[in-house]
Amino acid sequence: MIWVDTIAQGILLGGLYALFAAGLSLVFGIMRLVNLAHGDLIVMGAYLILVLVTLLGLSPFIAVLVAMPLMFALGWGLQKHLLNRTLGDDILPPLLVTFGLSVVLQNALLEGFSADSQRLPTDMLTTASVQIGSIALGVMPLLTFASAILVIICLNQIFYRTSLGRAFRATSDDPVTASLMGIKPNQVFAVATGIAMIIVTIAALYLGLRSNFDPNIGPARLIYAFEAVIIGGLGSLWGTLIGGIIIGVAQTVGAAINPEWQILAGHIAFLVVLLIRPRGLFPRAND
Amino acid sequence: MTYFVQTRTTISGVSTALGAAILFCLILLPFFAGRGLIQDMFTILTMLVLAQLWNLLAGYGGLVSIGQQAFVGMGAYTLFGVVILGGVDPVAATLCSGLGALVIAVPTAFFAFRLNGAYFAIGTWVIAEVVRLLVAQWKVLGGGTGTSLPRDATGNMWFVDGIKALLNIKTSAARDVLAYWLALALAVATIAGIYWLLRTRRGLALAAVRDNIEAAKSVGVDAARMKWVVFLTSAFGTGLAGGLIYMQKARISPDAAFSVTDWTAYVIFIVVIGGIGTIEGPILGVLIFVVLQSLLADFGSWYLLSLGLLAIVIMLVAPRGLWGLLSERTGLHIFPVQRRLHGLGLETSEE
Amino acid sequence: MALLQTDELIAHYGDFQALFGVDITLNEAEVVAIIGANGAGKTTLMRSISGVLRNAAQAIKFDGAAIGDRPADEIMAKGLAMVPEGRRLFPSLSVEENLLIGAYGRKGEGHWTLDTVYNLFPILRAKRTNPGTALSGGQQQMVAIGRALMSNPRVLLCDEISLGLAPVVIKDIYKAVPAIKAAGASLIVVEQDIGQAMAVADRVYCMMEGQVTLSGTPASLSRDAIHDAYFGAVA
Repeated sequence: MIWVDTIAQGILLGGLYALFAAGLSLVFGIMRLVNLAHGDLIVMGAYLILVLVTLLGLSPFIAVLVAMPLMFALGWGLQKHLLNRTLGDDILPPLLVTFGLSVVLQNALLEGFSADSQRLPTDMLTTASVQIGSIALGVMPLLTFASAILVIICLNQIFYRTSLGRAFRATSDDPVTASLMGIKPNQVFAVATGIAMIIVTIAALYLGLRSNFDPNIGPARLIYAFEAVIIGGLGSLWGTLIGGIIIGVAQTVGAAINPEWQILAGHIAFLVVLLIRPRGLFPRAND
Repeated sequence: MTYFVQTRTTISGVSTALGAAILFCLILLPFFAGRGLIQDMFTILTMLVLAQLWNLLAGYGGLVSIGQQAFVGMGAYTLFGVVILGGVDPVAATLCSGLGALVIAVPTAFFAFRLNGAYFAIGTWVIAEVVRLLVAQWKVLGGGTGTSLPRDATGNMWFVDGIKALLNIKTSAARDVLAYWLALALAVATIAGIYWLLRTRRGLALAAVRDNIEAAKSVGVDAARMKWVVFLTSAFGTGLAGGLIYMQKARISPDAAFSVTDWTAYVIFIVVIGGIGTIEGPILGVLIFVVLQSLLADFGSWYLLSLGLLAIVIMLVAPRGLWGLLSERTGLHIFPVQRRLHGLGLETSEE
Repeated sequence: MALLQTDELIAHYGDFQALFGVDITLNEAEVVAIIGANGAGKTTLMRSISGVLRNAAQAIKFDGAAIGDRPADEIMAKGLAMVPEGRRLFPSLSVEENLLIGAYGRKGEGHWTLDTVYNLFPILRAKRTNPGTALSGGQQQMVAIGRALMSNPRVLLCDEISLGLAPVVIKDIYKAVPAIKAAGASLIVVEQDIGQAMAVADRVYCMMEGQVTLSGTPASLSRDAIHDAYFGAVA
């Protein structure tokens, strides 16, 4: 029975990784940009929520609603004034600029908040669990998983049901022809990064509620997110969720065998998938 | 009608003489410099080697790796392994560290070459993490906490006695001088090797692959083979540097030896600030890096923060780095690799 | 005053100069055809007018305003829509979504809606949920034209809409021109097929090597004059 429990925890953990990954996947899908600062932006979001909680005395769940528009604006500005200038045929500028941004963010957070680990305040709800058969599932992991599914449903709705989503897909296909339709690709990219930052804020909430965080943990979150995206196949949001679940299950199973193997097991699972399905489990047809 | 292809420029002739003079001074440096300067110079030279090799990968090969720490760490751990477990002399063991890096470079390339562009970058990072986590399980070498080189190994290293007698200094200082000379040799060999590679037919093929992989294939360049050659060369040299760095430190831990900040972030910033895709750029970059480090040493994370900001600004306003700006203004090339066609009545201007 | 006018228009691709001072005008409710061989600069001219290539501001005037330096999305919003060479449908979008996105930057007050476009090209109504790129070449061209019409443009630029299509399909597509004109748009049609251009246009410009070599109404141009302007006079 212990294995059923381990796997159930792993699946729920996958929800967290899917939240880490959804923003990365969105931005890559639309503008072929891999933001190496993605993990650090998640950590920054957690600090922003923490500041709002401490200063305004808000509950984290309210604070996240305040943080969302701020993070949207940050993402929008970042894309418009910095990242759009790096897009082009050469892969070096976006990679090196976002890598620089990652280091800058980490060290700015270190200056501002020190290297001490922090945690968002938890209450009854966040420590509660529900009994399903013989296994106990935490309310928090369940909430995380539900949020991941909700985020993916919302993103798919935006993508396939709105005029903004059509503009996203058209710009991704062919930016020049998109501009002939009156679409401003740079504007579309800025909105996309803004939306990605909203997802980042949601991910940050659960990151901060479920575990300690400090300024240095961003790169590891980027790596988990990246592995989930690659396993799922570029451009497939549901694939990203599956990818997150695979990493999550591998980690909990690894940890059950030997606590030191938790992270390693996740990476190994990723390499195995890369070995047998180099384009991921659900690759997009026209890539 | 005759024509000839030339890469040499007048200035490069002058700079060859100047370079020889500088090299001569550097070789003799331990005879009149203090131990602190020798240690700083060791850092500069090893960072220069790492920067040149990353530049070969990213600037010339178009392979942006964020996983160079895998080869530094693996090189270093190989050195510790053969010294501690095999009883080999540390100086001889540095040669093994290059091979140790190659051992993981082959599977790394096998996985990472399945990923393109930006994903290649993160892929190399993941593999470096895997190697770090695996090495942390290697209990004989201290597991996660690390270990030191045994005293009798460091005390009786080759050449140390000779250097002690020659310079009349203590064992520990003599070890630093030895490490410095080895680093100097490695740096010169690296720069000379890359310069030679870029001036051969292979170097041309490399530039062709970077600029347009399809076009390069169509004129018969084996792009996949070039990627392997560049990746393995860079891994081998990076492993040697890693072995040397930790031979000098004499103490190792997985977190330090596989640090993405120390062995990849700094290196990327050095190359980007100095000038990516040139041999001169990393040299200029490493000097700027050291100056900034001494200026900002007391400000902790402000140092990395400002390096990052500087790299971002340079990438946006001068993508060819400070050396690029300089050589654009002055037409200066110390290591010219461009080919100029003369004769045939089409006397061309620069490039 | 002309609705659309180019004045000494010059265009470059890097070091390569593609247009050497081109003057053309398009009047309200007019169909102008531009003919010329491959590499004559016709597509460059279309890309310049539509804003894909930037030019000197004064080199292109639309409705009296200088637009030569404006980006494509702004020009489209002013009422100049383009059917690009090679159709360029968005592969991730269905037929209907391809049409809808045509109205992203400008809806305009006018005749063209999803419904009226489907009436113009009835076959598209049946294929509305298919991916745009799953259609035949002629049908894809209809989508591309419909997509441009969805913004109710005042000027429709058609770049080589008959390229690679069977004659019977070309005839079908050109049957739409009177309806487009009747709904209030003026057209510039780029064509390699001289006969087709003569049949549809009020006036014709012939281009060669980045310059206009001949212009006039179809009736006023002799076959020999066109031949010389098209291929260059044999000296």
